[in-house]
Amino acid sequence: MTGPEMATDGYWERLPLLARDGASGLFPTPWREAVSGLISIAAILAVFGLVFAFLTLAERKILGRTQNRPGPNRTGPGGLLQPFADAIKMLTKEDIIPRTADRVLHFLAPVVLVAFSLIAFAVIPFGRRLLPVDLDSGVLYFFAAGAGTELAVFMAGWGSRNKYSLLGAMRALAQLISYELPLLLAFVPVIMASGTLSTRGIVAAQGGWTDGLIPRWHVFTPWGFAGFILFMVAALAESNRSPFDLPEAESELIAGHLTEYSGFKYALFFMAEYFGMCALSGMAVTLFLGGWQAPCAFLEVVPSYVWFALKLLGLLLGFIWIRATLPRLRIDQLTRLAWKFLVPLALINLGSAGWAGPLQPLRWAVALALVALPFLLIGRKLTAGIGPRIYRYAAP
Amino acid sequence: MNAVLAAIALLVLGSAAAALALRNLIHSALLLILSWLGIALFFLWADAEFAAFAQVLVYVGAVSMVVLFAVLLTRQSRADLSVTAQSRGRAAAGVGAALAVAAVLAFAVLRTPLPVPSGLRSAVTVRQLGGELMGPHAGALLLVGVLLTVTLLGAVTIAGAGRLPPDGKDQP
Repeated sequence: MTGPEMATDGYWERLPLLARDGASGLFPTPWREAVSGLISIAAILAVFGLVFAFLTLAERKILGRTQNRPGPNRTGPGGLLQPFADAIKMLTKEDIIPRTADRVLHFLAPVVLVAFSLIAFAVIPFGRRLLPVDLDSGVLYFFAAGAGTELAVFMAGWGSRNKYSLLGAMRALAQLISYELPLLLAFVPVIMASGTLSTRGIVAAQGGWTDGLIPRWHVFTPWGFAGFILFMVAALAESNRSPFDLPEAESELIAGHLTEYSGFKYALFFMAEYFGMCALSGMAVTLFLGGWQAPCAFLEVVPSYVWFALKLLGLLLGFIWIRATLPRLRIDQLTRLAWKFLVPLALINLGSAGWAGPLQPLRWAVALALVALPFLLIGRKLTAGIGPRIYRYAAP
Repeated sequence: MNAVLAAIALLVLGSAAAALALRNLIHSALLLILSWLGIALFFLWADAEFAAFAQVLVYVGAVSMVVLFAVLLTRQSRADLSVTAQSRGRAAAGVGAALAVAAVLAFAVLRTPLPVPSGLRSAVTVRQLGGELMGPHAGALLLVGVLLTVTLLGAVTIAGAGRLPPDGKDQP
C-alpha cells in the first residue's frame, strides 16, 4: 500500500484507499491507525448492511416472480423502500421475553451470532488493495469465526425454554456439525494447490490466464470444479438456507430456535443469516472464482472490487434461485447426504487433487463423475416408485 | 502489555472458577467455553495466530458441542441440570483427582526443557508449522485424534448405559 506499488493502479482502483487515508488524515498522527481501522469496519458494516437490506428485497421479488406473483411493490418505486419499512417495523415491535426463559442467554444469543458472523468478513479480500486484515492463516480464521455461530444457535434454543426452540436448535447443531466436515474438506485442495492459508496468497495464485484466454481460477481445474460444487452445497447447509432450512422449518417447527424471539432480536437472527451467506459466498469467490481477478486481461481496467462484487452477487442470486426451486430435505436425508455423499466425495476429490498425474482428461472425468453420479443416484432414489406419472384425465 | 496479559488471565481463570461455582450445568459449560476462548486470546497475545485459530476451531467449535450434547443427552429434565456433590467423600475424591492431574501436568511442564530464544526471532509461518505437524509430529497428531475418538465413544457408551429399560432392549 505504498507509493510505487499503488502507482500502477488506476484512479478508481485506489479511490477507496484514498478516501480512507484522506479521512484519517484529518486526525492527529497517533490516532490515524486506529481511525483507519474504524473506517474499514464502518465501511464493511455499511456496505453489507445495505447488501443485507436489498438482498431481502431481491429474494422476495425473485421468489415472487418464480411463484407467479409480483412480490413487494407498494413501498416506494417498485417496492424499493420495503427493507427500510421492515426495519422500522422490527425496531418498533414489542420485544417479548418468555417469563421462564434464561434471560441472559436469550439476550446474548442474537448478539453473539451477529458478532461472530461479522468478524468473518475481516479476512476476505474485496479488491486488489481492499483486504481488511492480512493474516498468515486467514482461511483458518474465517472458519474459526464460523464455529462461534453454532454456540449462538444453541444458546438461543436452550435459553428460550421452549420445546420447539430446543428441537430446532438441536437440529441446527446436528446440521452445522455434519456439514462443517465436507465444507472444510472441499477447499483443502485449494490450500494444497496454492500452498498458503492466507487469502491474499490464494487470490494471487489464481492470477493470469492459460493460453491467454482461460483464467487460472481454481474452478477451472478438475478438482476445483468438483470442490466448488461440494463447497456450495455445504455452504447452503451451513447458512441454513433452503433446501437445508430445517432448523427454521416454518411449517414443522414453527421457526425452531427463533420461536420465542420477536422484534429486533428476530431481525438480528436474519441479519446474521444473510451476513453468513455473504461471508461464505465471499469465501467461495476467494477460494474458487479467482477473488477480485478479472476474467479477461483487457477487462482489468474495471476496478477489482467491481469484479468481486459481481461474482458475489452471482453466487447470492444462485442461493435465491435454489431456494425458489428445491423443496426442503427431511432430517435423516439431510444427515445422510452429508455423511454418505459429501464427505466421501470430498475425500475422493482430495485424492484426485493430491495425485499429480499427467492424465488431465482422467482427472476431469473423475471430477465430472463426482458431480454427476450422486446427482443421478439421488434422483433415482428419490423418484423410485413414483414415476412415471400417469395422467388420467389431463390430455398428455 | 502486561495489563493485557493480566486481563486475559483474569478472564480465563475467572470464567473457569465461575464454571466450577455455578450449579447449572449448561451455564457451567458455556463459561468453560468462554475460558477456552480466553486461552485462544492468550495465544493471540503471544503472536501464535495459528494456535489461536486452531484453539477456537477445535474447542469453541467442536469440543463445546460435545460437552453441550453430552449434558443434554444425559439429563432427563431441566431439574436434573443442577448438580451438587452426592457426598462429602465424593467431593473430596473429585478434588483429589483434579489435584493429581494438576500435579502430573505441572511435573511434566517443569521437567520439560523449554529452549528460551535469545533475542527476537522471525515469526514461524503456517507452512513451517504444517511441515512440523505432518513430519516429525505426525504420530502424536494421529494419537491425539484416536484418543479423542475413543473418549467420545466412551462418553456415548456411559451416557447410554444407564438408560436401558429393564428388559435390556435398546429403545428405538
